Amino acid sequence: MRRLLTPAVSSTPSLTALLAPRHVVVAALLAFLALLPVYAELARNPFLVTLFTRVIILALAATSLNLILGYGGMVSFGHAVYLGIGGYAVGIMAFEGIASGFVQWPVAIIACALFALVVGALSLRTRGVYFIMITLAFAQLVYYFGVGLDRYGGDDGLSIRQRSGFAGLLDLTNRTQFYYLCLVLLTAAVYLTWRLVNSRFGMVLQGSRTNDRRMRAIGFPTFRYRLAGFVIAGALCGLAGALLANHTGFISPATMHWTRSGDLIVMVVLGGMASSFGPLLGAVVLLTLEEALPAVIRALATPLFGEVAVRMAEYWQIILGPLFLLVVLFARGGIDGLLAGSRRD
Amino acid sequence: MVCSPVAAVTDALLRIEGLSKRFGGIVASDQISLAVPGGELHAIIGPNGAGKTTLLGQLGGEIRPDAGRIEFENVDITGLPGWRRSQLGLARSFQITSLFPDFTVLDNVALAVQAHAGHSFRFWRNARAEKGLREPARAALARLGIAGRADVLVSKLSHGEHRQLEIAMALATEPRMLLLDEPMAGMGPDESARIVEILRELKRELTILLIEHDMEAVFALADRITVLVYGRIIASGTPEAIRANAQVREAYLGEQTSIDA
Repeated sequence: MRRLLTPAVSSTPSLTALLAPRHVVVAALLAFLALLPVYAELARNPFLVTLFTRVIILALAATSLNLILGYGGMVSFGHAVYLGIGGYAVGIMAFEGIASGFVQWPVAIIACALFALVVGALSLRTRGVYFIMITLAFAQLVYYFGVGLDRYGGDDGLSIRQRSGFAGLLDLTNRTQFYYLCLVLLTAAVYLTWRLVNSRFGMVLQGSRTNDRRMRAIGFPTFRYRLAGFVIAGALCGLAGALLANHTGFISPATMHWTRSGDLIVMVVLGGMASSFGPLLGAVVLLTLEEALPAVIRALATPLFGEVAVRMAEYWQIILGPLFLLVVLFARGGIDGLLAGSRRD
Repeated sequence: MVCSPVAAVTDALLRIEGLSKRFGGIVASDQISLAVPGGELHAIIGPNGAGKTTLLGQLGGEIRPDAGRIEFENVDITGLPGWRRSQLGLARSFQITSLFPDFTVLDNVALAVQAHAGHSFRFWRNARAEKGLREPARAALARLGIAGRADVLVSKLSHGEHRQLEIAMALATEPRMLLLDEPMAGMGPDESARIVEILRELKRELTILLIEHDMEAVFALADRITVLVYGRIIASGTPEAIRANAQVREAYLGEQTSIDA
């Protein structure tokens, strides 16, 4: 665990390091997530499991984005498109009578990888704002393509009546089983990214984030490595898309609306870019606030403003916005950076 | 007196012929022809704006020349991208320190080693634990005398140490030829003297093209010197010949006395 959380600089392990706030918080969060279904069962609150399944799936999507955004410095503003493509792969196959997850999920992942290959091959030749705009443009293209898919519901989306089947090995209609499957996949994805970013491949990815010109001068053909990173991130997010479609039992173009891509970026930046557990922290905080802020506003404002408080609660993002701004301005390393007690530049 | 050194040297490691580059109305490289034989330390001097860095940029593959040809080991590299030139053994350092600030010193050099240790589509093993990358990197740091700073973040280094690390990284790519862009820029006299010593050591085994403003260092180190003014070579020859060249004195050195030092 210590190594998972320690970035570039190696240090000797010690008890104080293990008890550093960020490690304690992450350990506590993982324990909480592992025990959540038990608590939900005891408290007879199944909604908690539903909510946190969603949190975990979006954390998986954010983790995949972190690979290219946090470690690779590629600000993809169309990452939600892979949620959509992965979701539609599952939805369309279910609609056409292919219910096996052994087929659906690999197709979802491969479709996303191929799409990322095309987008990456074209967009990674550009930098900065142009890169952001091109990734956004491609995502919007697919979004409107989804709107035009009349056979599969078009704008209204497509209901997925049947969960992906796994030959009796897993029952995704069982809320608890599905929750744990998502949790295991998220943990695996975090571990995978950690291995990746510390491997030779990851060194190239991180090197070209900070100084691509120098990377080429010392002999790296950086484009192909960045493209590979872009494809891996897309494929991983495709898996998240397949999970999300199974979770909601529904897929529509709204899943890949550009604001959803923005949400994913917010999760990564809020949690801490280039940090293994940052996207998970970001997803938990953002989605919890999304649930909690309206209720808090309602509770606080009702004694003061009565009926109007309900309307006020609809504007919960007025609080979220400044919060995000504070993190960006004063905690460059996000929540993870705050916990680590150091600012990154 | 425009020399034509191209014809004189037949076994040149680096050969430049008729290299030209314009930026709008400014001619940054004007028909530059130059041959650097293996084992030579060749210095390029010239006033600010003479086009020295532009020349190096074209040699490194970052700037595409409008006309002309660059050969390295008798291979035409004019159209090759920078990374490919590095793979062929042509390494460059940068005038403006250009490193990876959030990596440690050792990470930086290990990255340079990695660039020349096969492809990097290796996704699993911890690169920081690979002896094959770390040990050559430590060796390169030791040669530059900054082995003691291996585990420090680059952002914490002094300016002089940055410059040393720049050279260590170029060295770690095991080049046949080094292109050094003002390695002594902004250094104190002690640090400069140290770099001179290091370069003297390196020139025994490497061919070096050196751009430098420090005349004392240039005349102490160079086997041959080329003088560039407004993108044109006005003279090329041994330090003695350059020192005696009236045109060089007039065009570039003028009132400067450091050339006589």
